[in-house]
Amino acid sequence: MSIRDVLSPFTAWKYLFRDPVTITDPLNERPGAARYRGFHQNDVQACIGCGTCETICQNAAIDMVPVEEILTESGDSGLRPRIDYGRCCWCALCVDICMTGSLTMSNEYKWVESDPDAFRFIPGVDKKHWDDAELGYRRPEGHRLTPARRVEMHELEPETRIGSFAEIVDGYSVADGLLEAERCVACGLCVATCPTHMSIPDYIAAVRDGDYERGLALLYETNPFSEVCGRVCTHKCETACAVQHEGEPVAIRWLKRHITDQVPYERYREIVGDPAPATGKRVAIIGAGPAGLTTAYDLARKGHEVVVHEERENPGGMPRYGIPEYRLPYDMIDRDVDLIRSLGVKIHCNSRVGTDVTMDQLQQEYDAVLLSIGLHLGRSTRIPGSEHQQVTKAVDLLRAITDGEEIEAPRQVVVIGGGNVAMDIARSMARLQKQQHGEVNLTVTALEDFAHFLADPEEVKECGEEGIEILDARGPQGIMLDENENLIGLKTWHVVSIFDEQGRFAPSYDESDEQIHQGDMVIEAIGQMTDVSLLSEELTEKLEWNRGRLAVDVDGRTSESWLWAAGDCVKGPDVVHAVADGHRAANSIDSYLKEKTV
Amino acid sequence: MGYQPDRSQYPQQREDGSLDIDLTSGKYLKLWQGPQHPGITGNMSVELTVCGDEVVEGKTHVGYLHRGFEKLMERRSFIQCFPIVCRICVPEPDFNEYCYAAAVEELAGIQSPERADWIRTLILEMGRINSYLMYLGGQAGSLGQGVIGQWTTYVRDLMLDRFEELTGARIYHMFILPGGVRGDLPDGFNKRMEETLCEIENVLKDVYETMFCNAVFKKRTVGLGYIDPELIEPYGVTGPTARAAGVAKDVRKDQPYLVYPELEFEPVVGTDSDVYARADVRRRDLLMSVDLVRQILSKMPNDGKLMTKLPNVLHWKIPRGETYIRGECSRGEYGYYLVTDGSGFPRRVNVRGPSYTHAVALLERLIVNINISDVAGLMVSLHTYPPEIER
Ligand code: SF4
Ligand code: SF4
Repeated sequence: MSIRDVLSPFTAWKYLFRDPVTITDPLNERPGAARYRGFHQNDVQACIGCGTCETICQNAAIDMVPVEEILTESGDSGLRPRIDYGRCCWCALCVDICMTGSLTMSNEYKWVESDPDAFRFIPGVDKKHWDDAELGYRRPEGHRLTPARRVEMHELEPETRIGSFAEIVDGYSVADGLLEAERCVACGLCVATCPTHMSIPDYIAAVRDGDYERGLALLYETNPFSEVCGRVCTHKCETACAVQHEGEPVAIRWLKRHITDQVPYERYREIVGDPAPATGKRVAIIGAGPAGLTTAYDLARKGHEVVVHEERENPGGMPRYGIPEYRLPYDMIDRDVDLIRSLGVKIHCNSRVGTDVTMDQLQQEYDAVLLSIGLHLGRSTRIPGSEHQQVTKAVDLLRAITDGEEIEAPRQVVVIGGGNVAMDIARSMARLQKQQHGEVNLTVTALEDFAHFLADPEEVKECGEEGIEILDARGPQGIMLDENENLIGLKTWHVVSIFDEQGRFAPSYDESDEQIHQGDMVIEAIGQMTDVSLLSEELTEKLEWNRGRLAVDVDGRTSESWLWAAGDCVKGPDVVHAVADGHRAANSIDSYLKEKTV
Repeated sequence: MGYQPDRSQYPQQREDGSLDIDLTSGKYLKLWQGPQHPGITGNMSVELTVCGDEVVEGKTHVGYLHRGFEKLMERRSFIQCFPIVCRICVPEPDFNEYCYAAAVEELAGIQSPERADWIRTLILEMGRINSYLMYLGGQAGSLGQGVIGQWTTYVRDLMLDRFEELTGARIYHMFILPGGVRGDLPDGFNKRMEETLCEIENVLKDVYETMFCNAVFKKRTVGLGYIDPELIEPYGVTGPTARAAGVAKDVRKDQPYLVYPELEFEPVVGTDSDVYARADVRRRDLLMSVDLVRQILSKMPNDGKLMTKLPNVLHWKIPRGETYIRGECSRGEYGYYLVTDGSGFPRRVNVRGPSYTHAVALLERLIVNINISDVAGLMVSLHTYPPEIER
């Protein structure tokens, strides 16, 4: 202790002459820092109501609630996050994980209210004074809590695959499947969009858990064509996937296939389980495609006796006769069909209704009848020369290929059409050309421009890789013949617009932009229609029709109480819609049969 | 253990070793200090038995702040634990964030990027500065010198501004998360940090003059709360409390983590092991942290990634394993023992806050035979924060 220790403390007096460092008025404006984690903001137009913010919030501060004026639609639940500031700890995990980047935080931190319940609000909907604040916490660039990129699917190289009809897609390995399954945030937006409402997040969770049998049980609960859909589904679900907004959508279709790849086929039947005890009711189904066989599957599981009449040699419908083998190997269709058969469903092939058995007979012998006859007639462009024998329809050719007919591939082919069927026939013919002539020489002319293309982008890309030329916005005007009436090509004009102001199909052309596409064969792939010739005249008269298609109610029942219709013939072409339709019809038929019993 | 308290003058021991205190005799009095009391460090209390103005026994009572953090975490996904851990120590939350993140990273087999490690070190040193500033105010205040707290609170507030602009929050920063850190230094940060550091140094000069060169403060603290260096090991004493006894324990040196191997520093040690010595060690350690912050800002790489790629945190499962991650916080060794079982939740999280040993066993040992008026000064000198006692 020294004298200094006595005097030194008095230096504190110098603070008397300093400005106070405290703010005298505590309500002075003092904005939060630029990245301050203050009150929430949400761009409700960009938000999709996926609820991922709700999932991550460990304080359960977020509830997803319906909001007026925001509609529920594909890819948007219509809900928006409501935040309870009695629970929130401003950790901003919700901001970090937000799938769209719509949720952010302002740098505002003052909110005075006398009602304690007021501190629960829907950011972006309940107007707040910080709604327009420009500063505040935003998820920093590159800061991601969920993987954005899809696990790449390995495929055959173009040079290899063009030489045969071998399946192109390899399927995921277990490790890749796991990685891809991990990307799912389990929001369930896809379930609402999937026509048959498959339990997508649940089966993806099964992949994550490595419990493939559980996954398979979930698949076959809603989709007896899982082998098929795992390969060729139009995967509408992926257009609803929350992950796509700041990355690529989860490869839902490939994960479905991954499950089927992993479970040995011998296990399927046991996993699906035995049908219910026989009810004694009998149902006839016409057409062994996805819609008909889905109905058969459901009804058989419920204990009804089901007999299917199929005109062609093999069951499977459009997937077998319209989709090329390189996308969907026939034995994969057989697996799904055999599973359905194993439940007791009888399928009579080469049995054409109208010739081998009549509708009247079916009506009398069975308690209910379902028409699921697909779209097997190709439409024609009806342009001059389209009746020439070297002008064919895509569906007919595809069918011939499936039936194993010898097809002489012309050296030069022109395809009309821009949908997936056009791509299918183009790529099939390209394979035949390669096999027979060693080179591909094929042009696809599509009415739509690339910005509005109908076929899947990957189909277009793969066509390019396989050496197929695709020309967009070309309208077919006539078949070109030489002096000996041999087909030598197709004349097209540039398409200016496809629809008129009322939205009706009425293409207009720029005649000055004319092209001749040389070829020895022209294939029309512009759509299909139903072959209704199997119905008797009397029945055709009695039934109600809607623009050439059978009119049905929401459950698929026609105007005749014993007759249902489902699938492409009422809904247009799509496998998974057909499956969904099949379920609806099955439910409706089942209730009808139950009523009949009572 | 050779050393036993000197109880020569005060109550006799019964056969079972307890003190023979007869409250009805009028010789002894029970006195509760806390849980609401300005002379208590946070929400805990000490049940004092006094004889005259001298403490003959002090029993600590904790649990007033128990929120079950460790248990909560067993029902949270790994990412959801991140906003919880900081709450285990209010004045210096960042150690929880760091230890938890490092433990998860080790068991999950991921590595935070280099630049993130620099920023983590920066944050930990900033937190240490703040914790010491708060301590200095408290230590002076516990002995009646309120003005020091006003000065240190002012500079601590400046450091909170730096925290705010860097992390987006003043107290619970929630910035160090498994995989890295949440953001980069804002533009102009170094300059503003330098201003803040200068201001802290200025205030510390004043603190030195008025607190450390102060006859009253010295009179009350020199010799008070002496910890025999022999007690350091058996009582698990760490940090400045140990260093003031001449035991140069500092995890930053003993088991270097983050970027400490690249920084130049020597652990600050003292000799006298009393309240004064501990205060002085902390003051000097604070100045060393000011220097470390400067070193970090000048040596840090200019760019680089801040986050490593994480799996989808919503389904993050971590393989079976266990680890103990430790670091040197302002009060000593801070550690996280994490056990994982392959599921999406921690199987067990055990937080080792230095306060647990210091505020209970050590305090009960030191409190005997001191004057009632010195209890607060003694408690503060152990620099303990109750929430980490009762995780
Ligand atoms: S900031 Fe954190 S606590 Fe608050 S709502 Fe978001 S996730 Fe929940
Ligand atoms: S995570 Fe984002 S997009 Fe999804 S509901 Fe929350 S705020 Fe909306």
